[in-house]
Amino acid sequence: MSTPNAHYGFAERWLPRLVLAPSFLLTLVFLYGFIAWNGYLSFTNSRLLPNYEWAGLVQYATLFENERWWVAVRNLGVFAVLFIGGAMAIGITLAILLDQKVRGEGAIRTLYLYPMALSFVVTGTAWKWMLNPGLGLEKLMHDWGFTSFTFDWLVNSDMSIYTVVIAGLWQSSGFVMALFLAGLRGVDDSIIKAAQIDGATLPRIYWKIILPALRPVVFSTLMILSHIAIKSFDLVMALTGGGPGFSSDLPATFMYSMAFTRGQTGLGAASAMMMLATVAAIVVPYLYSELRKDHHG
Amino acid sequence: MANTDRIWRFALYGALLFAAAYYLLPLYVMVTTSVKSVEEIRAGNLLSMPMAVTLDAWSKAWSTACTGVSCNGLSGYFWNSVQMVIPAVAISTMLGAINGYVLSKWRFWGSEVVFAMILFGVFMPFQVLLLPMAQTLGMFGLANTTAGLVFVHVVCGTASTTLFFRNYYVGIPDELIKAARLDGAGFWRIFWRIILPMSTPIIMVTLIWQFTQIWNDFLFGVVFASGDAQPITVGLNNLANTSTSVKEYNVDMAAALIAALPTILVYVFAGKYFVRGLTAGAVKG
Repeated sequence: MSTPNAHYGFAERWLPRLVLAPSFLLTLVFLYGFIAWNGYLSFTNSRLLPNYEWAGLVQYATLFENERWWVAVRNLGVFAVLFIGGAMAIGITLAILLDQKVRGEGAIRTLYLYPMALSFVVTGTAWKWMLNPGLGLEKLMHDWGFTSFTFDWLVNSDMSIYTVVIAGLWQSSGFVMALFLAGLRGVDDSIIKAAQIDGATLPRIYWKIILPALRPVVFSTLMILSHIAIKSFDLVMALTGGGPGFSSDLPATFMYSMAFTRGQTGLGAASAMMMLATVAAIVVPYLYSELRKDHHG
Repeated sequence: MANTDRIWRFALYGALLFAAAYYLLPLYVMVTTSVKSVEEIRAGNLLSMPMAVTLDAWSKAWSTACTGVSCNGLSGYFWNSVQMVIPAVAISTMLGAINGYVLSKWRFWGSEVVFAMILFGVFMPFQVLLLPMAQTLGMFGLANTTAGLVFVHVVCGTASTTLFFRNYYVGIPDELIKAARLDGAGFWRIFWRIILPMSTPIIMVTLIWQFTQIWNDFLFGVVFASGDAQPITVGLNNLANTSTSVKEYNVDMAAALIAALPTILVYVFAGKYFVRGLTAGAVKG
């Protein structure tokens, strides 16, 4: 009994590591091990069943010659730019408007944000009904007297990806508003007061002082939105199913159909690696800077 | 001056109400469509009020609508989701709390690396796990089971829960821990008696975040579960995409509302925590 401290030291040294070990192992095996496994699959000729014979870059060559893949990549570009840009613009605007000491702010904020609680499958199902040509928006406009109004984007292969943008913006823009409103409330009041005393106008204060102060929020929001855009799968599946044809495919739906419905396992694995590379290119520098900030902060 | 001010306020409220209508319209359309009959849908338009409210579409969506080959409605899928979400949320939250505690208060050589490794899991596209995971679940006999889905959600969800708890616990002063250690409290005692009682806000945030994520998940549900174990999102998608001669939009909308109900309820009753959960980790800067 004379050495409680020695016992304590042992527990203190090893218990934390022991406790963290299960999660560490789960991460190591099921995240990093599986990335490696999937990476290996992408260098094989696996079709319906995995085949572990090394085949080099065949799948990547096939992928880069695949028209459908490039449609998916181009769609992701269109979707990401419009979805991220649109959600940022709507979100910032609404946050600034709500920041003007508005009566009933809490209730309004609640209304703007609720779509975020709904799944993309629910969102897709709802918008599919509203955007359907013939009965949805089109019929509404006809009933209101605009008889020449047509809106067939959902079944028009040139426009179908834009319907995904419409539904995506509805679901996520309120969330961006909430992020920016939280950010706006964090800006130091005394700086704003000082600027007001100096005679700066409200738009000028926002443009010159408040928005620059929100740079970290802009950055995080960009990260979150681009992450949502790249992994978007459910929304497309529920809204257009990737169609008409494969005109509204995104890399995520491409990967799913190659790997799980068309028996092209190797090609699916290769497309997943391309998605991972894209995300890593955006996220790794961000995580690196965040962790460094933690160290010095 | 007062006049321009009034015009400005008027425009402000106009813009805010316009935006509110934009967010509310789809919900209004879903609810009204779900209580109309098919004939009424054909006769009216998106915004017309229902003339005769009927809950037929709701009962059909719940118990007799066809989702692919079977015609048992969404009830089975709904209970699958309930059975999946409860253990998955509970386990990932517990793991997150413990991990966050260690990573913030018991750092050791290498713990930052472990944290960075786990953190990447928050952002990685899960597509890269799907094929190996499908193989592995098959090997262990967990393919197409709720247990398999719970496992996948725990593996993929622990990254976010760890991040939430770790960021929250970093804000708890280290002096508190030091004082407790001087008093002879050990690793677990400190966790149960000091850390956990201070954790209610972050536990709420994590529970709500995980509940919404897992309830709303479609990717894992569609890839790893077939038939008897599929969650509600897959059921809804099957229902809405089953081609019938007459498209029953009222049933589709009732089904969508059934699938959305649990997360809407969470949002209504725990909205404050929901917002905090959404913004947690995002607005640290």
